[in-house]
Amino acid sequence: MSAKHSEITIIGGGVVGLSVAMGLLQAGRRVCVLDGADSDARASQGNFGLVWGQGKGWNFAPYAKWTGEALAAWPEFSAKLTDLSGIDVALDQSGGFEFFTDADEMDEFAGMLAGQQSHIGNRFSHEVLSADDLHRQIDGIGEDVVGATFSKFDGHVNPLRFLRALRLSVQALGGTVKTNAQVTSVDPVTNGGFDLTLANGDTFGAEKVLLCAGLGAMKLAADLGFRTKIRPQRGELLITEKLRDRLPFISSTIRQVDEGGVQIGGTKADAGMDDSETLDVMAGLARHAVQVFPALADVRVIRAWGALRVMSPDGYPVYAQSNEHLGAYLVTCHSGVTLASLHASVLTDWIEDTSAAPDLEAFDEHRFTLSNAA
Amino acid sequence: MSEFDLIIVGAGPAGMSAAATAAQGGLNVLLLDEQPQAGGQIYRNVGVNRSSRNWLGKDYASGRRFVDALDHANITTQFGATVWRLENGPRLVWSQNGVSTVSAAPHVLLAGGAQERPVPFPGWTLPGVMTAGSAQILMKTSGMLPKDAVLAGSGPLLYLIAAQMIDAGCPPKALVETQTTRMLFGAMLHLPRALFSAPTLVKGLSLIRKIQAAGVRRFKGAAQFEAQAEDNGAISFSFTHKGRRETLSTNLLLTHQGVIPSTHMSRSAGIAHVWNEAQVAFQPVAGVWGNTNVAGLHVAGESAGIGGAETAAASGELAALNILYQIGRISADARTQRAATARGALFRSRAIRPFLDAAYAPPPEILSPADETIVCRCEEVTASDIRQGISEGVSGHRQIKTSLRTGMGPCQGRMCDATVRGILSANTLQDPNMIPAPRARTPIKPVTLGELAAMAPKQKETA
Amino acid sequence: MNIASRFQTPPEDGEPVQFTFDGELVTAPIGTSLAAALLSHSGDASRETATGAGRSAFCMMGVCFDCLVEVDGTPNTQACMTLVRDGMVVKRQIGLRGLTGGNDV
Repeated sequence: MSAKHSEITIIGGGVVGLSVAMGLLQAGRRVCVLDGADSDARASQGNFGLVWGQGKGWNFAPYAKWTGEALAAWPEFSAKLTDLSGIDVALDQSGGFEFFTDADEMDEFAGMLAGQQSHIGNRFSHEVLSADDLHRQIDGIGEDVVGATFSKFDGHVNPLRFLRALRLSVQALGGTVKTNAQVTSVDPVTNGGFDLTLANGDTFGAEKVLLCAGLGAMKLAADLGFRTKIRPQRGELLITEKLRDRLPFISSTIRQVDEGGVQIGGTKADAGMDDSETLDVMAGLARHAVQVFPALADVRVIRAWGALRVMSPDGYPVYAQSNEHLGAYLVTCHSGVTLASLHASVLTDWIEDTSAAPDLEAFDEHRFTLSNAA
Repeated sequence: MSEFDLIIVGAGPAGMSAAATAAQGGLNVLLLDEQPQAGGQIYRNVGVNRSSRNWLGKDYASGRRFVDALDHANITTQFGATVWRLENGPRLVWSQNGVSTVSAAPHVLLAGGAQERPVPFPGWTLPGVMTAGSAQILMKTSGMLPKDAVLAGSGPLLYLIAAQMIDAGCPPKALVETQTTRMLFGAMLHLPRALFSAPTLVKGLSLIRKIQAAGVRRFKGAAQFEAQAEDNGAISFSFTHKGRRETLSTNLLLTHQGVIPSTHMSRSAGIAHVWNEAQVAFQPVAGVWGNTNVAGLHVAGESAGIGGAETAAASGELAALNILYQIGRISADARTQRAATARGALFRSRAIRPFLDAAYAPPPEILSPADETIVCRCEEVTASDIRQGISEGVSGHRQIKTSLRTGMGPCQGRMCDATVRGILSANTLQDPNMIPAPRARTPIKPVTLGELAAMAPKQKETA
Repeated sequence: MNIASRFQTPPEDGEPVQFTFDGELVTAPIGTSLAAALLSHSGDASRETATGAGRSAFCMMGVCFDCLVEVDGTPNTQACMTLVRDGMVVKRQIGLRGLTGGNDV
């Protein structure tokens, strides 16, 4: 067996790929992670760091449950990351708000949360707060805010330190992370396993291949016979200069990174692979921030950017094993941060097909075939 | 319809000469600059200084002609105006006194100038260590004179500032120069071409003679800079010279290693950039007229590539002529004819660059400094942190940034991008020439949330 | 520590403007940048970073953001891009800025 042969090769060195690698390494597997170019889409470098449940799977019980389990698994996962990497990812699960400036939107969202609650019972709880409730609870909330929902299970991490901690943890567990390794083809070998070819001409052998490269995995996934069509969804974000003071809340659109900067985001647009930032959206984000918390008005924005979410047709994760080529897997999702705690633990049992494997049937890609047929 | 035919960003020699040429050709020009007056850094405050502060020299005083030419009915100037976004159209967004405005015109000329190359070494962040250019700005704008300063680094500007200090009656205590005799010999092969810039060569030699005549101590081939703060706030500056460690105590250590194009604006606008190996810097890819790959955008002056004030002025004029041609005010023939003088000036002023670039190249230890050196001044990230990050497997500007926070502070990478690249080049297996320029995004300079929020569209937000 | 200015500032024409820096009265000619006025006033640091390191103006042209001070309650203001005004209240920027303006607002 050549030095360039690994038991399991993971294509994609972002949050999803590294989380899955961490789980497999802990199960004693030999894992090599192939990471692409600095200029690749890299959703893991543009995200918001939420460890978040509100609204997830309100009309799809398996996702509501999966998310609930992920939130519960985060404290242990975070501790493990610190042990392995020496990095504190600043997990804060003290509860999160969704702020509303429109009463109808708030009613609609409260209805969704009720649906979510009905799916998973005590794994989730939420409150609906009137403007008065909210102003009593938090000083400095703007007059335009008509209310909020709150879940005590929600929170966030420092997304960039998290990514670094994952990389270091994988390395600490003996995994290899190869950079500038853009995979151009994955070829099944007749007697089992795969040959991988990189853009620079290098080749790799692997017994199992996991596609975890987000938008970058789509061509390879199609080549291997996977049917999932992933699309990019642009989110725009702002980050401000660092503040000494702490914001008195975490929300899904305004959150303070532990280092001090305030991150503002939450927009959605279909713009193909264009990850530009746009003036109207930037200004809308700024207005939202100032409406919710007027004291932010004189805080300076240092950078705006667009990042591309990795969206499956229904927005839920895809965990699929190839029927045609045994040993090829597709793992792709939006919310890679929230779900990382499971990707680094019980997902391993699913890949290894142990008796402890979670039931992930609902996340198989045949759901798209069925809906296409219908 | 826009009220302007041309918006020029930057009122240095390039922007000012372009504005005058365009205005005289009948175009309505909006000229924006961050500073309170026209002049750019090289002619900073020249319109105010007029005949005072004569020690700044004749070349400086000659900049008045550019400022005077701005007094034209077709030119609208806005100072204290910071452009923070460029978008297709072209449109640009600029901030003045806390209010942002969107301006559009069929043509935009980017002439944002240069900044001094960061000169990182242990202690370069201490109060009492400044750039040589910053001291020159203080001399130009406030008549403030450096007291017993040590000038350290290399490059023609270092000699110019030393000479100006001598003429102003406050000679530097010492000149600590990093260029070596070997570098000078190596540069000699560019000397025949540099003779086309003979007047510049002669001026340079006269500066050096002045420094020698004033009895200023010179340490050539110095290396391994380090600054420490003394109890009284003075700077203890150590360096290696002829195999020995020397230490000078000074109130003010002024460093310089040449200038590099300011490219945040051109990069954020989507203009292609190329690594200029001789000048150790990125610059926009531009045609002879300063035309770029982005419709409606021209570049000129130092922000398009380092060449000095005369090059800048000539390139500004060429860009303006091309824009006059594109708008249909002049024929192709007229453009060519009228460009002859500027082209000649450009050729002569550029002829000396290869010699200067080779003779005063930044030393490797400045491009990729010692471990304990702070590289990102805003986020206080050291060279050792960056090398650690690279050893963990981050492979480019962006991943170094997201992994270590370099460039995430308010200067947006202006003080660390060059050094991050230097460290990456020295520690990568890739061809350093293949490392692309880091991406620049909006806002090009920080802007408050309140100011940004005021630009939100009136309709109900969908965020 | 009280460190004398690292520059000599010959008397200038121009109407004098007075402002305070951490409560101390400072005079500078009209048209002077705040950073120049502070450098002329003292050789000491005009801000402290998040880790407590002293910094003062470095580039004087709006690039480096090391000259940040609090001006009339607005923290993180670039002193080199601000002209002195009569009655201006200027404070050292100590560590990260606060939410609603400065060190003791």
